[in-house]
Amino acid sequence: MSTYKMFFAGSGGQGVLMMGQIVTYAAMLEGKEATFLPSYGPEMRGGTANCTVVVSDKPVSCPIIYEADIAVAMNLPSMDKFEPMLKKGGKLFYNKSLIERDQNRDDIDAYAIDIAGRAAALGNDKVANMVMLGEVVRNTGVVSIESVFHVFEKVFTGRKAALIPLNKQAFLGE
Amino acid sequence: MITDKVLMKGNEAFAEAAIRGGARLYFGYPITPQSEVPEYMSRELPKVGGAFVQAESELGAINMAYGAGAAGGTVFISSSSPGIALMQEGMSFLCSAEVPLLALNVSRGGPGIGGIQPGQADYYQVTRGGGNGDYRIPVFAPSNIQEAVDLLYEGTELAQKWQNPIMILADGMIAQMMEPVRLPEYKKVLTPDEIAAHRDWACTGFDDRGGAENRRVVKSLRMQPEKLEEHVEYLFEKYARAEKELCRYETENLEGAGVVFVAFGTTARITREAIEILAAQGIKAGLIRPISLWPFPNKAFDEIDYKTTKAVISAELSMGQMITDVQIALNGRLPAFLAHRTGGMVPTSPEVAARAKAVLEGLK
Repeated sequence: MSTYKMFFAGSGGQGVLMMGQIVTYAAMLEGKEATFLPSYGPEMRGGTANCTVVVSDKPVSCPIIYEADIAVAMNLPSMDKFEPMLKKGGKLFYNKSLIERDQNRDDIDAYAIDIAGRAAALGNDKVANMVMLGEVVRNTGVVSIESVFHVFEKVFTGRKAALIPLNKQAFLGE
Repeated sequence: MITDKVLMKGNEAFAEAAIRGGARLYFGYPITPQSEVPEYMSRELPKVGGAFVQAESELGAINMAYGAGAAGGTVFISSSSPGIALMQEGMSFLCSAEVPLLALNVSRGGPGIGGIQPGQADYYQVTRGGGNGDYRIPVFAPSNIQEAVDLLYEGTELAQKWQNPIMILADGMIAQMMEPVRLPEYKKVLTPDEIAAHRDWACTGFDDRGGAENRRVVKSLRMQPEKLEEHVEYLFEKYARAEKELCRYETENLEGAGVVFVAFGTTARITREAIEILAAQGIKAGLIRPISLWPFPNKAFDEIDYKTTKAVISAELSMGQMITDVQIALNGRLPAFLAHRTGGMVPTSPEVAARAKAVLEGLK
Protein backbone atom coordinates (compact mmCIF):
# COMPACT_ATOMS: atom_id res chain seq x y z
CA MET A 1 0.00 0.00 0.00
CA SER A 2 1.46 3.35 -0.95
CA THR A 3 0.40 6.94 -0.57
CA TYR A 4 2.09 9.91 -2.22
CA LYS A 5 1.57 13.39 -0.82
CA MET A 6 2.69 16.18 -3.10
CA PHE A 7 2.97 19.96 -3.33
CA PHE A 8 3.17 21.76 -6.66
CA ALA A 9 4.01 25.44 -6.24
CA GLY A 10 5.04 28.41 -8.30
CA SER A 11 3.65 31.63 -9.64
CA GLY A 12 0.44 32.07 -11.58
CA GLY A 13 0.88 31.12 -15.24
CA GLN A 14 3.65 28.56 -14.71
CA GLY A 15 1.25 25.66 -15.13
CA VAL A 16 1.42 24.55 -11.51
CA LEU A 17 -2.25 23.62 -11.17
CA MET A 18 -2.13 21.85 -14.55
CA MET A 19 0.69 19.60 -13.33
CA GLY A 20 -1.29 18.68 -10.23
CA GLN A 21 -4.44 18.00 -12.21
CA ILE A 22 -2.63 15.74 -14.69
CA VAL A 23 -1.18 13.61 -11.89
CA THR A 24 -4.60 13.39 -10.22
CA TYR A 25 -6.30 12.48 -13.49
CA ALA A 26 -3.64 9.87 -14.33
CA ALA A 27 -4.01 8.32 -10.89
CA MET A 28 -7.77 8.07 -11.39
CA LEU A 29 -7.26 6.35 -14.73
CA GLU A 30 -5.07 3.81 -12.92
CA GLY A 31 -7.97 3.09 -10.56
CA LYS A 32 -6.24 4.79 -7.64
CA GLU A 33 -7.76 7.21 -5.18
CA ALA A 34 -6.67 10.81 -5.58
CA THR A 35 -7.43 14.33 -4.43
CA PHE A 36 -6.42 17.68 -5.88
CA LEU A 37 -6.71 20.72 -3.65
CA PRO A 38 -5.78 24.13 -5.08
CA SER A 39 -5.01 27.12 -2.94
CA TYR A 40 -7.81 29.55 -3.61
CA GLY A 41 -8.04 33.17 -2.71
CA PRO A 42 -7.72 36.68 -4.06
CA GLU A 43 -4.89 35.71 -6.41
CA MET A 44 -3.86 37.53 -9.57
CA ARG A 45 -1.81 36.75 -12.64
CA GLY A 46 1.80 36.46 -11.54
CA GLY A 47 0.73 35.88 -7.93
CA THR A 48 1.45 32.67 -6.04
CA ALA A 49 -0.26 29.43 -6.96
CA ASN A 50 0.01 26.04 -5.36
CA CYS A 51 -1.88 22.81 -5.07
CA THR A 52 -1.81 19.69 -3.00
CA VAL A 53 -2.21 16.26 -4.54
CA VAL A 54 -2.64 12.99 -2.68
CA VAL A 55 -2.48 9.70 -4.60
CA SER A 56 -3.19 6.47 -2.77
CA ASP A 57 -4.25 2.84 -3.08
CA LYS A 58 -6.84 3.45 -0.35
CA PRO A 59 -9.46 6.20 0.04
CA VAL A 60 -7.76 9.52 0.80
CA SER A 61 -8.75 10.48 4.31
CA CYS A 62 -7.41 14.00 4.19
CA PRO A 63 -6.74 16.18 1.12
CA ILE A 64 -4.84 18.70 3.26
CA ILE A 65 -1.23 17.80 3.94
CA TYR A 66 1.32 19.15 6.37
CA GLU A 67 4.29 17.14 5.11
CA ALA A 68 5.04 15.81 1.63
CA ASP A 69 6.82 12.99 -0.14
CA ILE A 70 7.30 15.16 -3.22
CA ALA A 71 7.55 18.93 -3.62
CA VAL A 72 7.78 20.78 -6.92
CA ALA A 73 9.03 24.38 -6.72
CA MET A 74 8.80 26.53 -9.80
CA ASN A 75 10.18 29.66 -8.13
CA LEU A 76 12.23 30.64 -5.09
CA PRO A 77 9.42 31.64 -2.70
CA SER A 78 7.85 28.22 -3.35
CA MET A 79 11.12 26.44 -2.61
CA ASP A 80 11.57 28.48 0.58
CA LYS A 81 8.07 27.54 1.70
CA PHE A 82 7.83 23.88 0.72
CA GLU A 83 11.37 22.49 1.09
CA PRO A 84 11.00 22.47 4.90
CA MET A 85 7.69 20.61 4.55
CA LEU A 86 9.24 17.57 2.86
CA LYS A 87 9.48 14.35 4.79
CA LYS A 88 12.94 12.97 5.48
CA GLY A 89 13.97 11.20 2.28
CA GLY A 90 11.41 13.20 0.28
CA LYS A 91 12.05 14.41 -3.24
CA LEU A 92 12.40 18.06 -4.17
CA PHE A 93 12.15 19.10 -7.83
CA TYR A 94 13.07 22.70 -8.45
CA ASN A 95 13.24 25.06 -11.38
CA LYS A 96 16.98 25.63 -11.86
CA SER A 97 16.21 28.23 -14.53
CA LEU A 98 14.80 30.62 -11.91
CA ILE A 99 16.12 29.42 -8.58
CA GLU A 100 19.74 30.28 -7.96
CA ARG A 101 20.25 28.54 -4.64
CA ASP A 102 20.67 24.81 -4.03
CA GLN A 103 18.63 22.82 -1.52
CA ASN A 104 19.21 23.60 2.16
CA ARG A 105 18.56 20.10 3.46
CA ASP A 106 20.82 17.09 3.13
CA ASP A 107 18.16 14.56 4.18
CA ILE A 108 16.19 14.86 0.93
CA ASP A 109 16.83 14.06 -2.72
CA ALA A 110 16.91 17.21 -4.84
CA TYR A 111 16.53 17.44 -8.59
CA ALA A 112 17.56 20.75 -10.18
CA ILE A 113 15.94 21.02 -13.60
CA ASP A 114 16.68 23.68 -16.21
CA ILE A 115 13.12 23.64 -17.48
CA ALA A 116 13.31 26.92 -19.39
CA GLY A 117 16.46 25.88 -21.24
CA ARG A 118 15.03 22.50 -22.16
CA ALA A 119 11.70 23.97 -23.24
CA ALA A 120 13.53 26.56 -25.37
CA ALA A 121 15.51 23.77 -27.01
CA LEU A 122 12.17 22.24 -28.01
CA GLY A 123 11.17 25.57 -29.48
CA ASN A 124 8.24 26.29 -27.14
CA ASP A 125 8.71 27.79 -23.68
CA LYS A 126 5.12 26.87 -22.77
CA VAL A 127 6.06 23.23 -22.25
CA ALA A 128 8.40 24.06 -19.35
CA ASN A 129 5.90 22.61 -16.88
CA MET A 130 5.75 19.35 -18.88
CA VAL A 131 9.56 19.12 -18.71
CA MET A 132 9.19 19.37 -14.94
CA LEU A 133 6.27 16.95 -14.73
CA GLY A 134 8.22 14.39 -16.74
CA GLU A 135 11.09 14.56 -14.26
CA VAL A 136 8.67 14.16 -11.35
CA VAL A 137 6.85 11.17 -12.82
CA ARG A 138 9.92 9.38 -14.16
CA ASN A 139 11.86 9.82 -10.89
CA THR A 140 9.07 8.95 -8.47
CA GLY A 141 6.71 6.53 -10.23
CA VAL A 142 3.72 8.24 -8.61
CA VAL A 143 1.82 7.40 -11.80
CA SER A 144 2.92 5.67 -14.99
CA ILE A 145 4.13 7.43 -18.13
CA GLU A 146 1.39 5.63 -20.10
CA SER A 147 -1.32 7.05 -17.82
CA VAL A 148 0.01 10.57 -18.29
CA PHE A 149 -0.04 10.10 -22.06
CA HIS A 150 -3.59 8.83 -21.77
CA VAL A 151 -4.46 12.05 -19.93
CA PHE A 152 -2.84 14.09 -22.72
CA GLU A 153 -5.24 12.46 -25.16
CA LYS A 154 -8.20 13.37 -22.94
CA VAL A 155 -7.07 16.94 -22.24
CA PHE A 156 -5.60 17.99 -25.59
CA THR A 157 -8.54 17.60 -27.94
CA GLY A 158 -9.61 19.35 -31.14
CA ARG A 159 -7.00 21.83 -32.32
CA LYS A 160 -4.91 21.20 -29.22
CA ALA A 161 -4.40 17.55 -30.24
CA ALA A 162 -1.55 18.75 -32.46
CA LEU A 163 0.34 19.67 -29.28
CA ILE A 164 0.47 16.10 -27.96
CA PRO A 165 3.76 15.08 -29.64
CA LEU A 166 5.51 18.21 -28.34
CA ASN A 167 4.21 17.64 -24.81
CA LYS A 168 5.28 13.99 -24.91
CA GLN A 169 8.73 15.03 -26.07
CA ALA A 170 9.01 17.57 -23.26
CA PHE A 171 7.73 15.04 -20.77
CA LEU A 172 10.19 12.31 -21.81
CA GLY A 173 13.14 14.71 -21.79
CA GLU A 174 14.10 13.81 -25.33
CA MET B 1 -7.74 0.24 -16.77
CA ILE B 2 -11.12 1.68 -17.62
CA THR B 3 -12.82 3.81 -15.01
CA ASP B 4 -16.39 5.05 -14.98
CA LYS B 5 -15.36 7.97 -12.81
CA VAL B 6 -14.68 11.51 -13.90
CA LEU B 7 -12.38 14.05 -12.29
CA MET B 8 -14.43 17.07 -11.28
CA LYS B 9 -14.14 20.16 -9.18
CA GLY B 10 -16.52 20.04 -6.22
CA ASN B 11 -18.68 22.98 -7.29
CA GLU B 12 -19.11 21.65 -10.82
CA ALA B 13 -19.95 18.18 -9.55
CA PHE B 14 -22.54 19.67 -7.17
CA ALA B 15 -24.21 21.53 -10.02
CA GLU B 16 -24.18 18.49 -12.31
CA ALA B 17 -25.65 16.32 -9.55
CA ALA B 18 -28.55 18.74 -9.08
CA ILE B 19 -29.23 18.71 -12.83
CA ARG B 20 -29.07 14.90 -12.97
CA GLY B 21 -31.36 14.83 -9.92
CA GLY B 22 -33.97 16.71 -11.93
CA ALA B 23 -33.45 20.34 -10.91
CA ARG B 24 -34.40 22.54 -13.85
CA LEU B 25 -34.71 25.96 -12.23
CA TYR B 26 -31.82 27.80 -10.61
CA PHE B 27 -31.79 31.27 -9.07
CA GLY B 28 -28.64 32.72 -7.61
CA TYR B 29 -26.11 35.43 -7.14
CA PRO B 30 -22.35 34.85 -7.37
CA ILE B 31 -20.34 34.54 -4.17
CA THR B 32 -17.00 32.86 -3.43
CA PRO B 33 -16.33 29.99 -2.87
CA GLN B 34 -19.31 28.65 -4.84
CA SER B 35 -19.46 30.90 -7.93
CA GLU B 36 -18.67 27.95 -10.20
CA VAL B 37 -22.13 26.57 -9.32
CA PRO B 38 -24.12 29.44 -10.90
CA GLU B 39 -21.53 29.60 -13.71
CA TYR B 40 -22.08 25.90 -14.46
CA MET B 41 -25.84 26.26 -14.19
CA SER B 42 -25.91 29.25 -16.54
CA ARG B 43 -24.06 27.17 -19.12
CA GLU B 44 -25.67 23.75 -18.67
CA LEU B 45 -29.29 24.31 -17.58
CA PRO B 46 -30.47 25.81 -20.89
CA LYS B 47 -29.13 22.70 -22.67
CA VAL B 48 -31.59 20.48 -20.79
CA GLY B 49 -34.54 22.81 -21.11
CA GLY B 50 -34.05 24.45 -17.73
CA ALA B 51 -33.81 28.10 -16.76
CA PHE B 52 -31.05 30.02 -15.01
CA VAL B 53 -31.73 33.43 -13.53
CA GLN B 54 -29.06 35.60 -11.98
CA ALA B 55 -31.06 37.42 -9.34
CA GLU B 56 -30.34 40.98 -8.22
CA SER B 57 -29.39 39.63 -4.78
CA GLU B 58 -29.75 36.53 -2.63
CA LEU B 59 -32.96 38.03 -1.28
CA GLY B 60 -34.30 38.08 -4.83
CA ALA B 61 -33.04 34.54 -5.47
CA ILE B 62 -34.79 32.93 -2.50
CA ASN B 63 -38.08 34.63 -3.32
CA MET B 64 -37.84 33.56 -6.96
CA ALA B 65 -37.24 30.05 -5.64
CA TYR B 66 -40.32 30.40 -3.43
CA GLY B 67 -42.47 31.37 -6.40
CA ALA B 68 -41.07 28.76 -8.78
CA GLY B 69 -41.35 26.02 -6.15
CA ALA B 70 -44.94 27.03 -5.36
CA ALA B 71 -45.70 26.63 -9.05
CA GLY B 72 -44.42 23.05 -8.92
CA GLY B 73 -40.92 23.59 -10.29
CA THR B 74 -37.93 21.51 -9.23
CA VAL B 75 -35.73 24.26 -7.86
CA PHE B 76 -32.09 24.36 -6.78
CA ILE B 77 -30.31 27.33 -5.23
CA SER B 78 -26.82 27.77 -3.86
CA SER B 79 -24.86 30.41 -2.05
CA SER B 80 -22.23 30.86 0.63
CA SER B 81 -22.58 31.88 4.28
CA PRO B 82 -23.47 35.62 4.13
CA GLY B 83 -25.61 34.95 1.05
CA ILE B 84 -27.43 32.13 2.85
CA ALA B 85 -27.95 34.55 5.75
CA LEU B 86 -29.80 36.89 3.39
CA MET B 87 -32.07 33.99 2.40
CA GLN B 88 -33.23 33.14 5.92
CA GLU B 89 -36.52 35.06 5.78
CA GLY B 90 -37.42 33.11 2.66
CA MET B 91 -36.48 29.78 4.26
CA SER B 92 -39.00 30.42 7.02
CA PHE B 93 -41.68 31.30 4.45
CA LEU B 94 -40.97 28.18 2.36
CA CYS B 95 -41.19 25.96 5.44
CA SER B 96 -44.50 27.47 6.51
CA ALA B 97 -45.93 27.29 2.98
CA GLU B 98 -44.48 23.78 2.51
CA VAL B 99 -42.62 24.61 -0.68
CA PRO B 100 -39.89 22.15 -1.73
CA LEU B 101 -36.40 23.48 -2.40
CA LEU B 102 -32.93 22.00 -2.70
CA ALA B 103 -30.40 24.45 -1.26
CA LEU B 104 -26.61 24.33 -1.03
CA ASN B 105 -24.48 26.33 1.38
CA VAL B 106 -20.77 26.28 0.54
CA SER B 107 -19.81 27.80 3.85
CA ARG B 108 -16.91 30.12 4.58
CA GLY B 109 -15.51 31.97 7.57
CA GLY B 110 -17.68 34.52 9.37
CA PRO B 111 -19.24 36.45 11.04
CA GLY B 112 -20.26 39.29 8.77
CA ILE B 113 -18.90 39.28 5.27
CA GLY B 114 -16.03 37.36 6.89
CA GLY B 115 -13.57 35.73 4.52
CA ILE B 116 -13.59 33.23 1.68
CA GLN B 117 -11.75 30.29 3.22
CA PRO B 118 -13.66 27.22 4.53
CA GLY B 119 -15.77 27.50 7.66
CA GLN B 120 -18.41 25.59 9.64
CA ALA B 121 -19.64 28.49 11.73
CA ASP B 122 -23.03 28.37 9.99
CA TYR B 123 -23.95 25.35 12.10
CA TYR B 124 -26.39 27.27 14.29
CA GLN B 125 -27.76 29.19 11.30
CA VAL B 126 -28.53 26.01 9.45
CA THR B 127 -29.66 23.73 12.30
CA ARG B 128 -31.50 26.32 14.39
CA GLY B 129 -32.76 28.49 11.57
CA GLY B 130 -32.02 32.14 11.00
CA GLY B 131 -35.60 32.89 10.00
CA ASN B 132 -38.55 33.54 12.28
CA GLY B 133 -41.01 31.13 13.78
CA ASP B 134 -41.18 27.40 14.46
CA TYR B 135 -39.65 25.48 11.60
CA ARG B 136 -36.98 22.93 10.76
CA ILE B 137 -34.77 22.30 7.76
CA PRO B 138 -33.15 18.90 7.22
CA VAL B 139 -29.42 19.46 6.72
CA PHE B 140 -26.87 17.05 5.30
CA ALA B 141 -23.11 17.59 5.47
CA PRO B 142 -21.03 15.60 2.95
CA SER B 143 -17.34 14.98 3.60
CA ASN B 144 -16.26 14.22 0.05
CA ILE B 145 -17.38 15.11 -3.44
CA GLN B 146 -19.01 11.74 -4.14
CA GLU B 147 -21.13 11.98 -1.01
CA ALA B 148 -22.11 15.54 -1.92
CA VAL B 149 -23.14 14.39 -5.38
CA ASP B 150 -25.22 11.55 -3.98
CA LEU B 151 -26.94 13.80 -1.43
CA LEU B 152 -27.72 16.53 -3.96
CA TYR B 153 -29.04 13.93 -6.39
CA GLU B 154 -31.33 12.53 -3.72
CA GLY B 155 -32.10 16.00 -2.37
CA THR B 156 -34.49 16.98 -5.16
CA GLU B 157 -36.70 14.02 -4.23
CA LEU B 158 -36.40 14.57 -0.49
CA ALA B 159 -37.50 18.19 -0.91
CA GLN B 160 -40.61 17.04 -2.79
CA LYS B 161 -41.33 14.19 -0.40
CA TRP B 162 -41.14 16.38 2.69
CA GLN B 163 -42.43 19.54 0.98
CA ASN B 164 -39.72 21.51 2.69
CA PRO B 165 -36.34 23.02 1.92
CA ILE B 166 -33.49 20.50 2.16
CA MET B 167 -30.06 21.99 2.83
CA ILE B 168 -26.71 20.55 1.83
CA LEU B 169 -23.92 22.08 3.92
CA ALA B 170 -20.55 21.88 2.19
CA ASP B 171 -17.54 24.09 2.71
CA GLY B 172 -14.97 25.91 0.62
CA MET B 173 -12.60 22.98 0.78
CA ILE B 174 -14.71 20.31 -0.92
CA ALA B 175 -16.15 22.90 -3.28
CA GLN B 176 -12.74 23.92 -4.61
CA MET B 177 -10.96 20.57 -4.64
CA MET B 178 -11.12 17.87 -7.33
CA GLU B 179 -11.76 14.18 -6.75
CA PRO B 180 -12.77 11.27 -8.96
CA VAL B 181 -16.53 10.97 -8.85
CA ARG B 182 -19.13 8.61 -10.29
CA LEU B 183 -22.07 10.59 -11.67
CA PRO B 184 -25.55 9.08 -11.37
CA GLU B 185 -27.97 8.66 -14.28
CA TYR B 186 -30.29 11.52 -15.26
CA LYS B 187 -33.63 11.27 -13.46
CA LYS B 188 -36.76 11.47 -15.53
CA VAL B 189 -38.11 15.00 -15.50
CA LEU B 190 -41.85 15.56 -15.10
CA THR B 191 -43.80 17.33 -17.85
CA PRO B 192 -46.01 20.29 -16.83
CA ASP B 193 -49.07 17.99 -16.96
CA GLU B 194 -47.35 15.42 -14.76
CA ILE B 195 -46.35 18.16 -12.33
CA ALA B 196 -49.96 19.35 -12.14
CA ALA B 197 -51.08 15.78 -11.46
CA HIS B 198 -48.34 14.57 -9.08
CA ARG B 199 -47.68 17.77 -7.15
CA ASP B 200 -51.33 18.17 -6.25
CA TRP B 201 -50.70 21.11 -3.92
CA ALA B 202 -48.82 23.25 -6.46
CA CYS B 203 -50.25 26.33 -8.17
CA THR B 204 -50.04 25.03 -11.70
CA GLY B 205 -53.04 26.82 -13.19
CA PHE B 206 -56.73 26.99 -12.46
CA ASP B 207 -58.81 26.51 -15.60
CA ASP B 208 -58.97 22.78 -16.09
CA ARG B 209 -59.85 21.93 -12.51
CA GLY B 210 -62.81 24.31 -12.42
CA GLY B 211 -64.54 25.88 -9.47
CA ALA B 212 -63.16 27.93 -6.60
CA GLU B 213 -63.48 24.90 -4.29
CA ASN B 214 -60.71 23.18 -6.23
CA ARG B 215 -58.28 26.03 -6.07
CA ARG B 216 -54.81 25.49 -4.66
CA VAL B 217 -53.37 27.98 -2.21
CA VAL B 218 -49.72 28.22 -1.16
CA LYS B 219 -49.34 30.68 1.72
CA SER B 220 -47.60 31.37 4.99
CA LEU B 221 -50.06 33.92 6.40
CA ARG B 222 -52.54 32.61 8.98
CA MET B 223 -54.17 35.43 10.91
CA GLN B 224 -56.21 33.31 13.31
CA PRO B 225 -53.96 32.03 16.11
CA GLU B 226 -56.02 28.80 16.37
CA LYS B 227 -55.39 28.08 12.70
CA LEU B 228 -51.71 29.01 12.93
CA GLU B 229 -51.17 26.82 15.98
CA GLU B 230 -52.90 23.95 14.23
CA HIS B 231 -50.69 24.46 11.15
CA VAL B 232 -47.46 24.60 13.16
CA GLU B 233 -48.44 21.46 15.08
CA TYR B 234 -49.10 19.75 11.77
CA LEU B 235 -45.65 20.85 10.53
CA PHE B 236 -44.04 19.46 13.67
CA GLU B 237 -45.74 16.09 13.26
CA LYS B 238 -44.04 16.05 9.87
CA TYR B 239 -40.70 17.09 11.42
CA ALA B 240 -41.03 14.34 14.04
CA ARG B 241 -41.28 11.78 11.23
CA ALA B 242 -38.35 13.45 9.45
CA GLU B 243 -36.27 13.17 12.63
CA LYS B 244 -36.67 9.39 12.49
CA GLU B 245 -36.33 8.90 8.75
CA LEU B 246 -33.60 11.37 7.86
CA CYS B 247 -31.13 10.71 10.68
CA ARG B 248 -27.82 9.65 9.10
CA TYR B 249 -24.35 9.10 10.47
CA GLU B 250 -21.27 6.92 10.36
CA THR B 251 -19.24 5.60 13.24
CA GLU B 252 -15.70 4.29 13.11
CA ASN B 253 -13.54 2.57 15.66
CA LEU B 254 -15.81 3.19 18.68
CA GLU B 255 -15.21 -0.15 20.39
CA GLY B 256 -12.51 0.16 23.01
CA ALA B 257 -11.75 3.78 22.07
CA GLY B 258 -10.21 5.99 24.74
CA VAL B 259 -11.49 9.14 23.08
CA VAL B 260 -14.19 9.75 20.48
CA PHE B 261 -14.24 12.60 17.98
CA VAL B 262 -17.41 14.06 16.52
CA ALA B 263 -16.78 15.79 13.20
CA PHE B 264 -18.57 16.49 9.94
CA GLY B 265 -17.58 17.56 6.45
CA THR B 266 -13.95 18.46 5.79
CA THR B 267 -13.19 18.29 9.50
CA ALA B 268 -14.17 14.61 9.56
CA ARG B 269 -11.46 13.91 6.98
CA ILE B 270 -8.80 15.72 9.01
CA THR B 271 -9.98 13.89 12.11
CA ARG B 272 -9.68 10.52 10.38
CA GLU B 273 -6.01 11.22 9.80
CA ALA B 274 -5.65 12.43 13.40
CA ILE B 275 -7.03 9.05 14.49
CA GLU B 276 -4.24 7.30 12.54
CA ILE B 277 -1.64 9.54 14.18
CA LEU B 278 -3.05 8.73 17.63
CA ALA B 279 -3.11 5.01 16.82
CA ALA B 280 0.60 5.16 16.01
CA GLN B 281 1.10 6.61 19.51
CA GLY B 282 -0.90 3.85 21.14
CA ILE B 283 -4.09 5.87 21.69
CA LYS B 284 -7.27 4.39 20.32
CA ALA B 285 -9.64 7.04 19.04
CA GLY B 286 -13.04 6.69 17.40
CA LEU B 287 -15.20 8.88 15.22
CA ILE B 288 -18.86 9.77 15.04
CA ARG B 289 -19.49 11.51 11.72
CA PRO B 290 -22.92 13.15 11.58
CA ILE B 291 -24.15 13.22 8.00
CA SER B 292 -27.48 14.76 8.97
CA LEU B 293 -26.88 17.77 11.25
CA TRP B 294 -30.60 18.19 11.72
CA PRO B 295 -31.80 15.67 12.66
CA PHE B 296 -28.67 15.33 14.79
CA PRO B 297 -27.73 11.66 15.20
CA ASN B 298 -28.27 11.37 18.97
CA LYS B 299 -28.51 7.59 18.75
CA ALA B 300 -24.92 7.36 17.46
CA PHE B 301 -23.85 8.36 20.96
CA ASP B 302 -25.41 5.19 22.37
CA GLU B 303 -22.77 3.27 20.41
CA ILE B 304 -19.89 4.84 22.36
CA ASP B 305 -17.98 2.32 24.46
CA TYR B 306 -18.62 3.89 27.84
CA LYS B 307 -16.34 1.38 29.58
CA THR B 308 -13.27 2.73 27.79
CA THR B 309 -14.06 6.20 26.44
CA LYS B 310 -13.02 9.02 28.73
CA ALA B 311 -13.89 12.06 26.61
CA VAL B 312 -15.68 13.20 23.49
CA ILE B 313 -14.15 15.89 21.30
CA SER B 314 -16.22 18.01 18.95
CA ALA B 315 -13.92 19.00 16.07
CA GLU B 316 -15.23 22.07 14.28
CA LEU B 317 -14.30 25.01 12.08
CA SER B 318 -16.10 27.35 14.47
CA MET B 319 -15.83 28.55 18.04
CA GLY B 320 -17.93 25.59 19.13
CA GLN B 321 -21.48 25.25 17.84
CA MET B 322 -22.04 21.55 17.17
CA ILE B 323 -20.67 20.89 20.66
CA THR B 324 -24.06 22.03 22.00
CA ASP B 325 -25.73 19.12 20.18
CA VAL B 326 -22.92 16.79 21.26
CA GLN B 327 -23.61 17.70 24.90
CA ILE B 328 -27.34 17.16 24.45
CA ALA B 329 -26.67 13.77 22.84
CA LEU B 330 -24.21 12.74 25.58
CA ASN B 331 -26.73 13.81 28.22
CA GLY B 332 -24.05 14.01 30.89
CA ARG B 333 -22.59 10.57 30.19
CA LEU B 334 -19.16 11.97 29.30
CA PRO B 335 -17.47 15.38 29.22
CA ALA B 336 -17.32 17.11 25.81
CA PHE B 337 -14.32 19.13 24.66
CA LEU B 338 -13.64 21.25 21.62
CA ALA B 339 -10.92 21.01 18.96
CA HIS B 340 -11.30 23.94 16.64
CA ARG B 341 -9.98 26.62 14.34
CA THR B 342 -12.14 29.36 12.90
CA GLY B 343 -12.22 32.32 10.53
CA GLY B 344 -11.22 30.19 7.54
CA MET B 345 -8.28 28.53 9.29
CA VAL B 346 -8.20 24.74 9.05
CA PRO B 347 -6.37 22.61 11.64
CA THR B 348 -3.80 20.03 10.59
CA SER B 349 -4.32 16.43 11.65
CA PRO B 350 -1.35 16.58 14.11
CA GLU B 351 -3.01 19.61 15.76
CA VAL B 352 -6.25 17.67 16.22
CA ALA B 353 -4.34 14.64 17.53
CA ALA B 354 -2.37 16.83 19.96
CA ARG B 355 -5.62 18.32 21.26
CA ALA B 356 -6.96 14.83 22.00
CA LYS B 357 -3.76 13.91 23.83
CA ALA B 358 -3.94 17.11 25.88
CA VAL B 359 -7.58 16.41 26.79
CA LEU B 360 -6.75 12.86 27.92
CA GLU B 361 -3.73 14.12 29.92
CA GLY B 362 -5.89 16.74 31.60
CA LEU B 363 -8.37 14.08 32.74
CA LYS B 364 -5.74 11.95 34.47
